[in-house]
Amino acid sequence: MAKTMFDKIWDSRVVADLGDGWSLLYLDRVLIHDLSGGRAIREVLDAGHGVAEPNKVFAVPDHAVSSRPGRDETTFPIGEKLLKSLRETTGKTGVRLFDLGRPGHGIVHVMAPELGVVLPGLTLACGDSHTCTNGAMGCMAFGIGASELGHALATQTLPQRRPRTMRIRFEGARPPGVTAKDMILHAIGRLGTAAGTGYAIEYAGSAVEALEIEERLTLCNLSIEMGAKIGMVAPDEKTFAYLQGRDFAPKAAQWQAAIADWRAVPSDPGARFDVDHLIRMEDIAPQITWGTSPGQVAPITGFVPEGDAAALSYMGLEPGQKLAGTKVDWVFIGSCTNSRLSDLRAAADVIGGRHVAKHVTAWVVPGSETVKREAEAEGLHTRFLEAGFEWREPGCALCVAANGEQVPAGSRCVSTSNRNFVGRQGTGARTHLASPAMAAAAALAGALVDVREMV
Amino acid sequence: MESFSSITATAVPFLRQNVDTDVIIPIQRLVGTGRTGLGPYAFERLRYLADGSDNPEFPLNQPGYKGSQLLLADENFGCGSSREGAVWALMGMGVRCVIAPSFGDIFFANCFQNGLLPVRLPIAVIRQIAEETEASPGNARTTVDLERRVVITPTGTEIPFEVDTRKREAMLHGLDDIALTKRHAEAIAAWRVGDRAARPWAWDSVA
Ligand code: SF4
Repeated sequence: MAKTMFDKIWDSRVVADLGDGWSLLYLDRVLIHDLSGGRAIREVLDAGHGVAEPNKVFAVPDHAVSSRPGRDETTFPIGEKLLKSLRETTGKTGVRLFDLGRPGHGIVHVMAPELGVVLPGLTLACGDSHTCTNGAMGCMAFGIGASELGHALATQTLPQRRPRTMRIRFEGARPPGVTAKDMILHAIGRLGTAAGTGYAIEYAGSAVEALEIEERLTLCNLSIEMGAKIGMVAPDEKTFAYLQGRDFAPKAAQWQAAIADWRAVPSDPGARFDVDHLIRMEDIAPQITWGTSPGQVAPITGFVPEGDAAALSYMGLEPGQKLAGTKVDWVFIGSCTNSRLSDLRAAADVIGGRHVAKHVTAWVVPGSETVKREAEAEGLHTRFLEAGFEWREPGCALCVAANGEQVPAGSRCVSTSNRNFVGRQGTGARTHLASPAMAAAAALAGALVDVREMV
Repeated sequence: MESFSSITATAVPFLRQNVDTDVIIPIQRLVGTGRTGLGPYAFERLRYLADGSDNPEFPLNQPGYKGSQLLLADENFGCGSSREGAVWALMGMGVRCVIAPSFGDIFFANCFQNGLLPVRLPIAVIRQIAEETEASPGNARTTVDLERRVVITPTGTEIPFEVDTRKREAMLHGLDDIALTKRHAEAIAAWRVGDRAARPWAWDSVA
């Protein structure tokens, strides 16, 4: 019978059938970060378990590290404690740690694909909901909580209930100004923030095949904002080309063997999904969120709708108001959604000799040390700095405000991250989610603006 | 994990959609606070006024509702971040059961790891429980019985709910997942040997 990619990966990883739809799944990779990693290892050790397969676990401090230029671990003292705990526990157990300032350091879902840790056909778990990002490599990656993380570390397995399958096809030619971020925001706005709850989503269709790997990572990143723990894209030649030569990708004769296996990963023709959606690319325009949930989104040419009074009062917006022209105070270009080299290039390309508006504070936070170095090698940082953006150190930074950096209360921020929740970027901060190009355009204009008018 | 068999409590209506885990517990509280001690910060952005006093509008601050073990919620409760601190914070403020039409997947799984029971019921039933509770303030009690898999509304209507057999067992007896999995140690070891032979590239690249 024709099988979906999800079914193939799931079935190949079942160690034991636990009944009632539950399976004990083998985990090929586990990622941990500063916020919960040190404690998770400590708890596992305290309970008398070891870390089952430390060579399959990768650790990185990202959430609670300062992004201030020239930072070190002491810049944010609370984060320093977490980092020290991560160093101590990974050192004790032999888990690889990618520490501040060295290649491989970065936001966990940026560094993992970048290092080739994430490979097609594998399973991956991490104590972070945006683990779904990694599904762009053609694997089954999902976020878990602290207790499940302890289980994953202690056994390299996890009991999971099989989700249902959903396919979202994007068909048609990509309109000008539309990015992977706009595709997924549009999908969430249309299908709803709970549409994917209980599902593993496969993104498919000609417009997804046409996306580069970094764009697919952006697409999969917001799966959880649709409720789905898992989002994935079939691996193809682009995936293989992206992975070849990366630090933890298979080498030599094993590379060929791996590719042979990976070619069998995509869904078979005729495979049935429990739910199938079709989105036409022509229907998508550059998106901007107006509320406090990623589903509260509209085209930049749109208006603030009526309905959610609490969200509008928090956001300081009036129903019927035109979105474009709304004054902006902050811009954040970064996060595991949109902080890769191609994102930074897209943002820099909007600048065109202009300067960040006087009243705007605009940050660019590269997703990893490698992204930072590559961007600097091609002079992107100079273009940002000359235009009045701050060029900062890699980490989660203003995506989650866990590192002491916050958007001030009442300030309006256009952000390339994935959550516009109440208080997400700081108490009282008002977040509008958008693509890197839209965010850069807003920084220059000092207001929400249609990027298509700026290029 | 704390075991759970049955509770009887005043159901606190908090019928808002998409209550995310950032709202349940802000990240700043998780940087530096452990599994315990989060109770006072649960819902802090909604629960307190700027001067730190209780916000009278917040349901769990209202007389008769404060300290209740049972929360009524709306669609997609606990969406967003995977932070298990959201569950620890709810339990820290005394909540043992949340009834909602749907939950965020990761939050839902985290609940079962800690002994907080998430129950899925249609919104119409949840509204009915809310109305019955509001109709007789101070007296209305709702029972959630995991043993029998029923919710009993304040007026005595019994409403069955579905719960995973495996999760129900674990919750009733406070079982630990790691211990259960370790019973499969031999199967895991055998699986590893087989996979290593079948797909050496998945192993050697990180050896
Ligand atoms: S960048 Fe934001 S969403 Fe991504 S891992 Fe960090 S905190 Fe989570």
